[in-house]
Amino acid sequence: MTSDEAFKQFLLRMGDNTLILGHRVSEWCGHAPVLEEDIALANTALDLIGQTQMWLALAGEVDGGKSADDLAYLRDAWDFRNVLLVEVPNGDFGRTIMRQFLFDAWHSIMLGRLIKSSDDRVAAIAAKASKEVAYHLERSSDTVVGLGDGTDESHARMQAALDYLWPYVGEMFACDAVDEQMAAAAIAPDPADLRDEYDALVGKVLTEATLTIPDNRFAHKGGRDGRMHTEHLGHLLTQMQWLQRAYPGASW
Amino acid sequence: MYAQMVQSEATEEDPAKLGEFQAKIDADIKIEPKDWMPQGYRKTLIRQIGQHAHSEIVGQLPEANWITRAPTLERKAILLAKVQDEAGHGLYLYCAAETLGVSRDEITEMLLDGRMKYSSIFNYPTLTWADVGAVGWLVDGAAIMNQVPLQRTSYGPYSRAMIRICKEESFHQRQGYDAIRKMAEGTAEQRRMAQDALNRFWYPSLMMFGPSDKDSVHSAQSMAWKIKMNTNDELRQKFVDQTVPQAEYLGLTIPDPQLKWNEDRGHYDFSEPDWAEFFDVIKGNGPCNVDRLAARNKAWDDGQWVRDGLLAHAKKKRAGKVAAE
Ligand SMILES: [Fe+2]
Ligand SMILES: [Fe+2]
Ligand SMILES: [Fe+2]
Repeated sequence: MTSDEAFKQFLLRMGDNTLILGHRVSEWCGHAPVLEEDIALANTALDLIGQTQMWLALAGEVDGGKSADDLAYLRDAWDFRNVLLVEVPNGDFGRTIMRQFLFDAWHSIMLGRLIKSSDDRVAAIAAKASKEVAYHLERSSDTVVGLGDGTDESHARMQAALDYLWPYVGEMFACDAVDEQMAAAAIAPDPADLRDEYDALVGKVLTEATLTIPDNRFAHKGGRDGRMHTEHLGHLLTQMQWLQRAYPGASW
Repeated sequence: MYAQMVQSEATEEDPAKLGEFQAKIDADIKIEPKDWMPQGYRKTLIRQIGQHAHSEIVGQLPEANWITRAPTLERKAILLAKVQDEAGHGLYLYCAAETLGVSRDEITEMLLDGRMKYSSIFNYPTLTWADVGAVGWLVDGAAIMNQVPLQRTSYGPYSRAMIRICKEESFHQRQGYDAIRKMAEGTAEQRRMAQDALNRFWYPSLMMFGPSDKDSVHSAQSMAWKIKMNTNDELRQKFVDQTVPQAEYLGLTIPDPQLKWNEDRGHYDFSEPDWAEFFDVIKGNGPCNVDRLAARNKAWDDGQWVRDGLLAHAKKKRAGKVAAE
């Protein structure tokens, strides 16, 4: 693998995570449990789409002059590099907010490292995104604690969400040849090195939320290398890409 | 305009107090929540602000319908920001209504069980991407016609909410126009979508102003109280006069063969919308009434455990703090 190819894969991983999660979160628009959540979820989705534009624009540049839209709208599922966690369906509000928290915690730690990237463009995107993500994490942590330590029903729903999502956490810390190249070039950290900090952060919030982390480190994998996505991604893309596919070449 | 056919309430109060109240309004002194006000003024305002707030909330649905299918990342971001703004408008307006003594939960329940209305326009479907442009251009455009004068309305909290809202609404209108312009200048299929959107949204947009109210006693009272600033016909005419040249610029045809410039009046002559259709929509028989209300009810019911959970947690925290003191 050339270093350009590895760099592109890394950028797609970052940009596809935010694109697919942004899409999922945006599905809530107009349907949230309370008006403040409608506003907050739209705002989170908007931030994630903005970050996508930056990551995918850079990926397209490395990929010989493609646009961020080309990459978002004209790739098929097997070329997506997001972790499986972000493509699972929203479920109830509890699952959505738990997924957001589990991702935000990783995202904030990752971006914190990327601010010091040897690649200035990566560092600049990370600096901008990390401010937004700090706020996402604060909000999702508070909500996870509020609902985990709320009523019996909200507690049960949050525990069910955590049980369902936990097997998708491990993939965020997987390490392959792409990661090795990025770490060697000091562009990005080895994801495995983020795990201790992540466990400490997530453990603290979930304890406050009176929730129990499943005693199982099994991890579903296949998203960030595109080897095997879930069945859900294809449906998401049929919706997201429909206009671009139905009217090729039109400009919007 | 998001508040249609708001009936003003009769008021039977001390004539001296009423006189003083009217004098304040005539002198453009704002009425604030703690000031004395006639019951009719309060009730009419709750109805009007509530209807406006509900329109912002239900109005999220036809636009949110396209967020996941927006054709570019840029358009997706613009639409997300707009829908977020609309939810924010709902929030300001519910807060303004609360200052009149009706809680957000109470007024929400009235929307959900059909006691209160929202604008008829949001009972029409958004069928193509051009509809998203048409909604910004025409629907936000019509809303602005009414809301700009309401910045000077007599009730302080309502007036201040309007000032914040108007800035964003005019931004929405420009972005909507830009989106439909792009399509009008695009491929044959895109032009077809743009024209089709205008065909479907033109008359429902004219209906947003409500039927003619020239002779309505209710409107006269609301206008004296400065909670209605212009007649429906004045605003509708202003909207048509503004919109026709914009459509011409796009090369789109307004679906009204009677439309023509009237040199003597200095305004466009135009056809009335089908008011029978309007009253059908108001009664609940629009293309989307049932689905819109069902979607809002589902969101509210599915969210009950979330609201309960967060409330229970807040209470525990407060109790913990008191115990620690
Ligand atoms: Fe609005
Ligand atoms: Fe609006
Ligand atoms: Fe608007």
